[in-house]
Amino acid sequence: MAKITLDNLAHSYLPNPQGEQDYALKELNHDWVDGEAYALLGSSGCGKSTLLNIISGLLHPSQGRILFDDKDVTHAPTTERNIAQVFQFPVVYDTMTVRDNLAFPLRNRGADAAYVRDRVQQIAQMIGMEEMLNRKARGLTADAKQKISLGRGMVREDVNALLFDEPLTVIDPHMKWELRTQLKSLHHEFGHTMIYVTHDQTEALTFADKVVVMYDGRVVQMGTPQELFERPEHTFVGYFIGSPGMNVLEASVSGDKAVLNGTEIPLGQGFGALSGKVELGVRPEFTKLTSGDTGLPVTVKRIEDVGRHKIVRADFNGTEINVIAEEGSSISPDANRIIFDPAGINIYADSWRVAPSGGE
Amino acid sequence: MNKTVNQKAWFLILPVLVLVAFSAVIPLMTVVNYSVQDTFGNNQFFWAGIDWFREMMDSERMWDALGRQIAFSAIILAIEIPLGIFVALNMPKRGFWASFCLVLMSLPLLIPWNVVGTIWQIFGRVDIGLLGYTLDAMGIDYNYTQNFYAAWITVIVMDVWHWTSLVALLAYAGLQSIPDAYYQAAKIDQASRWAVFRFIELPKITGVLMIAILLRFMDSFMIYTEPFVVTGGGPGNSTTFLSIDLVKMALGQFDLGPAAAFSIMYYLVILLISYVFYTVMTNLDKRDGH
Repeated sequence: MAKITLDNLAHSYLPNPQGEQDYALKELNHDWVDGEAYALLGSSGCGKSTLLNIISGLLHPSQGRILFDDKDVTHAPTTERNIAQVFQFPVVYDTMTVRDNLAFPLRNRGADAAYVRDRVQQIAQMIGMEEMLNRKARGLTADAKQKISLGRGMVREDVNALLFDEPLTVIDPHMKWELRTQLKSLHHEFGHTMIYVTHDQTEALTFADKVVVMYDGRVVQMGTPQELFERPEHTFVGYFIGSPGMNVLEASVSGDKAVLNGTEIPLGQGFGALSGKVELGVRPEFTKLTSGDTGLPVTVKRIEDVGRHKIVRADFNGTEINVIAEEGSSISPDANRIIFDPAGINIYADSWRVAPSGGE
Repeated sequence: MNKTVNQKAWFLILPVLVLVAFSAVIPLMTVVNYSVQDTFGNNQFFWAGIDWFREMMDSERMWDALGRQIAFSAIILAIEIPLGIFVALNMPKRGFWASFCLVLMSLPLLIPWNVVGTIWQIFGRVDIGLLGYTLDAMGIDYNYTQNFYAAWITVIVMDVWHWTSLVALLAYAGLQSIPDAYYQAAKIDQASRWAVFRFIELPKITGVLMIAILLRFMDSFMIYTEPFVVTGGGPGNSTTFLSIDLVKMALGQFDLGPAAAFSIMYYLVILLISYVFYTVMTNLDKRDGH
């Protein structure tokens, strides 16, 4: 268990990166606090796996340093870092039994035989494979194999960190829940530093204390699920988290008013002069459909009833706006306006959130 | 659903039947025909039953040739398979040098058998061959036309030179299909280099290795041209392998009856061993399927 510090870290897969666009992972300074569970969330190709592989030492960064408890390990090989990592696709040693598979990382480190036996039994119970311990791993189903991979990741107690690279992709849904819960309880029990890579927001939000959102090789926001929901620091976080994602509309902002295509919207807070592309972001949860003269003029395109609530898809001047309406509410056929709750409005300049300059 | 019965459908397999008849059954029957008859010329044949087979079973010459043959196949397999795997493990995985190595490796495979034989025949000559002359100049008694060991070593080294590439290429293809994640997981698990080979690489290339062993076994068991060109089966009979002996018998001495019986037994041995291989391989697949 250790605190992991990334210092000035960046990586490019090209031998001579020219500009910033050549970096798969852009310059990054970050501390992973000892004993916390993090989820690394982002779409495919945003650099999540690259970051993970750099931490575990499978990849050497183009620049910067990695410190485990303030000890520089940038050039230390994977084996010296004492890290556990589980990959997206199951890796099992086919010719070994399930028991030997689980014992392998311990035996390679010269653990005591009695300890290995107990620990393997414990892990097998955790992943629900006690009956299969003496079976050859060859020919097991993909999710059984992945459970073994997870088990092999968890079998060592003294690891500096546990890294998961989308480990539940191949597991079927009900087992996913169970394993995720197991991972969480394991985290509570042993307090390992865990980093869990995923592109599934539910998985990230349920697993982690802190969610780190990556976009285009950059960490765009790190925070609790609530922070990500209420104050997305970057429009990508707004889109990516939430279902449907945040509505982002082009606007011009002056003082405590925003103007969207001629319609004035009160913001409740004042903003200084903004440069670049200014956008207004508001989550569907903070919007309301009405009729009348106030609010944004829209045309309702369709309504999706998802059971817990209704999602109204409306069109504002060519841009889609989503509104979440309560399940019981009836939507009047002449609804033609949307009003925003000022508390849910965020203002973005060049995709990054601008803090209000005050003035209620 | 009712199935339509139409006996005319049998005609559909007629082309295959004809093809197989001409390619395999008829030539084979000719040999069978010779193996059970005797002749004193003039195209007059007498029924001989299984006499020729009995004679061959008692023939010391045949048993000697078979012994040499098995020894030869065993030795070249024991060298080529591990060496091929070793070469494959050390070949670059991607980039320019990977292609370069592949081309380089396949070169010996493209050379015709008798050319390989000629190359080594000249290469090993004491008077003009680079290898033979050098060894002789170093004071090593090397003469494949007179020395039993020299002849065997030459024939074996030649086969290893010619065919290790095949094993290496097959093993290389097997190794290339292993996803990177396996090697990464092994690093995470702190596996030793040997453990990586034993538990990741070897299991993944077992399938192609079986094919490589089968191919190399069959090919070496039927080897004719290369040793024939280099040693002619000598010195004495020391490199007279089964097919060299067979040709000597059939075309040299014109003993068609025994030679025919010999070929049938030869054929059955190869068939038997190939069948064993086939069974082992399909069982391996079955184990995978569980």
